Amino acid sequence: MTRACLQALWSHWRRNPLQLFTFLAGLALATALWSGVQAINAEARASYDAAATTLGEGRFDQVLPKAGEGFAQEVYVDLRRAGWQVSPVVEGRLRLDDGAVRVIGLDPLTTPGALSPVAGTRDIDLSGFLTVGVLFADVATAARLADLPQEVVVDASVAPDTVLTDVGVAQRLLERPGTLSRLIVAPEQPMGLLPLADVAPGLMRVAAQGSSDVGQLTDSFHLNLTAFGLLSFAVGIFIVHGTIGLVFEQRRGMVRTLRTLGVPLRRLMGLMAAELLALSLVAGMIGVVLGYIVAALLLPDVAATLEGLYGAQVAGGLQLRPVWWLSGLGIAVLGAGLAGAGALWRIARMPILASARPRAWAMVAGRGRQVQGAVAVVLLALAAVIGALDLGLLASFVLLGCLMIGAALALPLIVGAVLALGQARARGVISGWFWADTRQQLPGLSLALMALLLAMAANVGVSTMVSSFRLTFVDFLDQRLFADAYVRGIDRDQMPGVEAYLIAQGYDVLPLLSVDTRLAGVPSELMGARVGPAYARNWSFVDAGPDAWAQVAAGEAVIANEQLVRRAGLWLGDALDIGDGLRLPLVGVYGDYGNPVGQAIVAETLFTSLFPEEAPRQFGVLGAPAEDLRADLGAEFGVPSSSVVDQAAVKAFSLGIFERTFTVTAALNVLTLAVAGFAILMSLLTLSAIRLPQLAPVWAMGLTRGTLARIDLLRALVLAALTAVLALPLGLALAWVLLAVVNVQAFGWRLPMYLFPLDYARLGVLTLAAAGLAALWPAFRMARTPVSQLLGVFANER
Amino acid sequence: MLLDVRNVTKSFAGADGPVPVLAGVDMALDLGQTLSLQGESGSGKSTLMHIVGALDTADSGEILFDGRDIAALDEAGRAALRRSEVGVIFQQFNLIPSLDVTENIRFQARLAGREDPAGVAHLIEVLGLGPHARKYPEQLSGGQQQRVAIARALAVRPRLILADEPTGNLDEATAAEVLAQMLALVADTGAALMVVTHSPAVAARMDRQLHLRAGRLA
Ligand SMILES: Nc1ncnc2c1ncn2[C@@H]1O[C@H](COP(=O)(O)OP(=O)(O)OP(=O)(O)O)[C@@H](O)[C@H]1O
Ligand SMILES: [Mg+2]
Repeated sequence: MTRACLQALWSHWRRNPLQLFTFLAGLALATALWSGVQAINAEARASYDAAATTLGEGRFDQVLPKAGEGFAQEVYVDLRRAGWQVSPVVEGRLRLDDGAVRVIGLDPLTTPGALSPVAGTRDIDLSGFLTVGVLFADVATAARLADLPQEVVVDASVAPDTVLTDVGVAQRLLERPGTLSRLIVAPEQPMGLLPLADVAPGLMRVAAQGSSDVGQLTDSFHLNLTAFGLLSFAVGIFIVHGTIGLVFEQRRGMVRTLRTLGVPLRRLMGLMAAELLALSLVAGMIGVVLGYIVAALLLPDVAATLEGLYGAQVAGGLQLRPVWWLSGLGIAVLGAGLAGAGALWRIARMPILASARPRAWAMVAGRGRQVQGAVAVVLLALAAVIGALDLGLLASFVLLGCLMIGAALALPLIVGAVLALGQARARGVISGWFWADTRQQLPGLSLALMALLLAMAANVGVSTMVSSFRLTFVDFLDQRLFADAYVRGIDRDQMPGVEAYLIAQGYDVLPLLSVDTRLAGVPSELMGARVGPAYARNWSFVDAGPDAWAQVAAGEAVIANEQLVRRAGLWLGDALDIGDGLRLPLVGVYGDYGNPVGQAIVAETLFTSLFPEEAPRQFGVLGAPAEDLRADLGAEFGVPSSSVVDQAAVKAFSLGIFERTFTVTAALNVLTLAVAGFAILMSLLTLSAIRLPQLAPVWAMGLTRGTLARIDLLRALVLAALTAVLALPLGLALAWVLLAVVNVQAFGWRLPMYLFPLDYARLGVLTLAAAGLAALWPAFRMARTPVSQLLGVFANER
Repeated sequence: MLLDVRNVTKSFAGADGPVPVLAGVDMALDLGQTLSLQGESGSGKSTLMHIVGALDTADSGEILFDGRDIAALDEAGRAALRRSEVGVIFQQFNLIPSLDVTENIRFQARLAGREDPAGVAHLIEVLGLGPHARKYPEQLSGGQQQRVAIARALAVRPRLILADEPTGNLDEATAAEVLAQMLALVADTGAALMVVTHSPAVAARMDRQLHLRAGRLA
C-alpha cells in the first residue's frame, strides 16, 4: 500500500512539474538567501579583521622595539620558541615614481584571528608566491604597482595607499632582509610565559589602542547584520510557508481520493511528511550551493576571501564548512517542517468528503481572519511594551520578532481594507471588477506580500542603519581625530622629550593622559586633556551645559562618554567621583562610538595633580603633516614610523570600510527583493490554475485575454505599491529598534538615526520592479491561455 | 438574417492526426426565432455554439452575423462582438465569483455601455432574485445561479442569446420554471435564441429543432 500511495503522491508532481519546480525553487531560494547573507556577513567580518590588522592598531596588543625602526628576525624566533604567540610584521614606505606607498608584510600562518587577504589566496601559484610574491592593494594603488615583478591582486579591503604582502616579500621590497618592524600579540597566550623583558630586552609591549579602535564599532555592525540575517530567515520562512501551504492545498483532491479508497490517515500523513523531508533536503542542498554562488557573484572581488572561508588552509575554515551546510539544510528542513506541520494538521482535520477543489477564496470574513487580526494586534502591542521598557538584549530581539511578525500578519487585513475602499469608490465597470477581483486574490497572495513587506522593511531598516552609522562615524572621526597626526605607542620615558621637542618646533601639542579606573562603579578610563580652543571647535556633545569646556579647563568640571553616563545612571548636573573623594559636576556627555568602556575627561592639570606619576600616552599634533613628523621623530628619537598615525589615512580607511559595507548592503537589498519577487511569481503561477474559472466568464463577456493580462500585471503593481507604502514605516521602526534599542542594550551607546528619502524611493522602485517582473510571466501566460482552456471551464464534464 | 452559418468545419488535434468535429455545418437563425440543438455527447454541439458566439474560431467556412463575417475578425473584434451582441448562458461557472448578484447582472451591460438600471431591476424582480441581490455566487443555489446568468445575458439586450445546457444541473421542476422565464424574457426582447440541450422536453419548446450527427446538421 505504501508503494501505491507514494506512486499516487508522486504522480501529482509528474502531472504538475511546475508545482514541483516552484516548491523546490521556493525552498531553495529561501535557503540561498539565508546562506548568502551568512556568507556575506562572514566575508564582511573577515575583511574587517584583515583591515584592522592592516591598521596595526586593531584588537591586538603589539610588541615594538624600544628604539629604532626594527629588530632582528631572530628575536621573533626566540619569542616563538619561548612560547609567545606572536606574528611578525614588516612595515615601511616604498618609493615609487609617483610617491610612496605603505608596505605591510604579514605572516598569513600566524596572524591571529584575522583572515587577511594574504591568507585567502589558494589558487595563486604557490611557487610564484614564494619566489616573486603576491601583493594586495586596492584598485588605485594596484595600478601604481604595475612595474613591480610581483603579481598584484586587487582587494578592496586593503587601506588606500597600502600594499599588503607576505613578510618575506616585504623584506625584499623594502630592502630590509632579516628585520621585522613589530609583532602582533595573539589574545590567547600559553600559561607561564617567560616575561618579554627576559626573552627580548630590546622590545616593549604596547596595549591595543582603544580610542580609535574599529573593533567594537564593527562588532556592533555585525550584530546588526546578524539581525538582518534573522530577518532574511523570516522572509525565507514566509516563502517556504506559502509554497508548502499551496502544495498541500493543491493536493486536497488527491488526499480525499486516497482516503476514500481506504488509506489510513496516519499512513498518509506519515508518507507526506517523509516526502516533505526528502524534498526539503534536496531543495536545501540546491539552496546552499545557490547561496554560495550568489554571494560570490554579488561580491566578485571577495571571491578569493570566500574561498578562504571554505577552503582548508585557514584555521577555522574546516569547521566553517559543515556549519555552513548544516545551517543551510537546517533552515530548509526547519522551515519546511514549520510550514508543513500546519498544512498537515489542516489535512488531518479535513473531513473525508470535504471539497476537493482548492479553497480559492472565502470572501466572508472567516474566523481565521479575526484570529489573525487579534494575533497581529497582540504582537504589535507586545512590541510597543517591550520597546517602552528596558529589558535587555534578548528582549530587544523579541521586540524585533514581534514587530516584524505582527506587521506581516496585519498586512493582508490592511491591504484588504484599502482594496475594499477602492472597490467602494470605483466608478467604471472594469475598475469595480478589478478591485473586487484583487480582493479575491489577496488570500492567495498574502504570504508572498508578507515576504515582500519583510524584505523591503528589512532593506529600509538596514540601509537606514548603515547610512546612519556612516554619518555618525565620520562625524565622530572628524571630531575625535582633529589633530593632523598622532604620536603614540613610544617608550614612556621618551614622551616628555618628544613633547618638548614638538613644542620647540612650534607645533600645537595636545597630550592625552589616561589611567584605567572605576568611575561610579563602571570600568572606565579617566583622561587628562590639555583643553584648548581646538577641543571646543571640534567636539560636539550629545548633551552639554553652557561653557562646558571652560569649566573643564578650569578643573571645575568633568565630561564623560555616553557609555559611562548611561551605565552609571547619571546625566548633566550629577556629580561624578573621580577619585580621592573629588566630586566634580558632569557638564557634558559625548558620543564615543566603539569604545567598550566608560570614559571621563578632566583638565590635564587636574589629572597630573591626581596622578603625578602618569605621563602622556599619546599626543595629538596640530599643524604638522604626519609625513614630516615621521621623518623628524625618527631622526631625533628613533621613533618607529608606525607610531605616528596620519589622521587623514585613518579617515580614508574608515570610509573605505563603509564603501565596502555599502556594496554588501546593496547586494543584500537586491537579493532579498529578488527572493520576495520570486515568492510573488510562484504564488501567481499557482493561483493562475485556480483563477481560470474566475476569468473565463469575464473573457466570455468580451474582455480580451490581453486586457486581462494587463489587468493582472497592474494588480501585482498595485499590491506591491500598497505593500511598499506599509513597509516604509515598518522599516523605519526596524531601524529605530536596531539603532536605539538593540545597540544600546548590546553596547551602551545609541546611534542617532538619520533619514534617507532618496534611498527609500529607490527601494520603492526596486520593490515595484521586483513585483512587476514577477507578474510578467504569469501575465504573458494569461495572454496566451488557449481559448479551449477557457471554454473548458464551462464544459459539462466538471 | 441575423446569423448565417455556411459550410463551417472544425477539427481538434487527436492522438493520430486531427479529429473532425464539424464537417460542413450550415445553419440560419433570425431575430425572434428560437432553435434547439441536440446530439450525442461529444457530437460537437458546444463547439458549434462557441463558434457562433465568437468564443472560438472555425477552421473554415463563413459565419455571417448581421451580414458581417465573424471569421474575419481578430481577437479584439470578437471580444467586442461578444460584449455587445451575444449573451451566453452556460451550464455552470457563468458568474464572476468576486462580484455580487447585482454587479454580475450589470457587468456585461456596463461593458457594452448599455446600462439600464430600470431594466436590471425588472429582471431581478421577474426572476425572483430580489432577496439575493447582494449575495455572492457561492452563496446561491444552482437554480438561483442560472437565473442570475439569464438576467446577466438579457441585461445586455443582445441580439443573439446562446445557452449551453442552461438547465442541465437543475431538477425537473426548477428547470421547467427557469426555462419558462428565459423564453418569456427572450420573447420580450425579440432576440434570437439558440439552446443546446439533451432534453427533448426543452427542445420541444423551441421553434425549430436541429440535430448534430457526424459533424453535420439535420
Ligand atoms: N479543446 C479540445 N481539444 C480536443 N478535443 C476537443 C476539444 N474540445 C472539444 N473536443 C472534442 O470535440 C468533440 C465535441 O466536443 P463538444 O464539447 O462540442 O461536444 P458536445 O456535443 O457539447 O458534448 P456534450 O453533450 O457532452 O457537452 C468531442 O469529441 C471533444 O472531445
Ligand atoms: Mg457540450
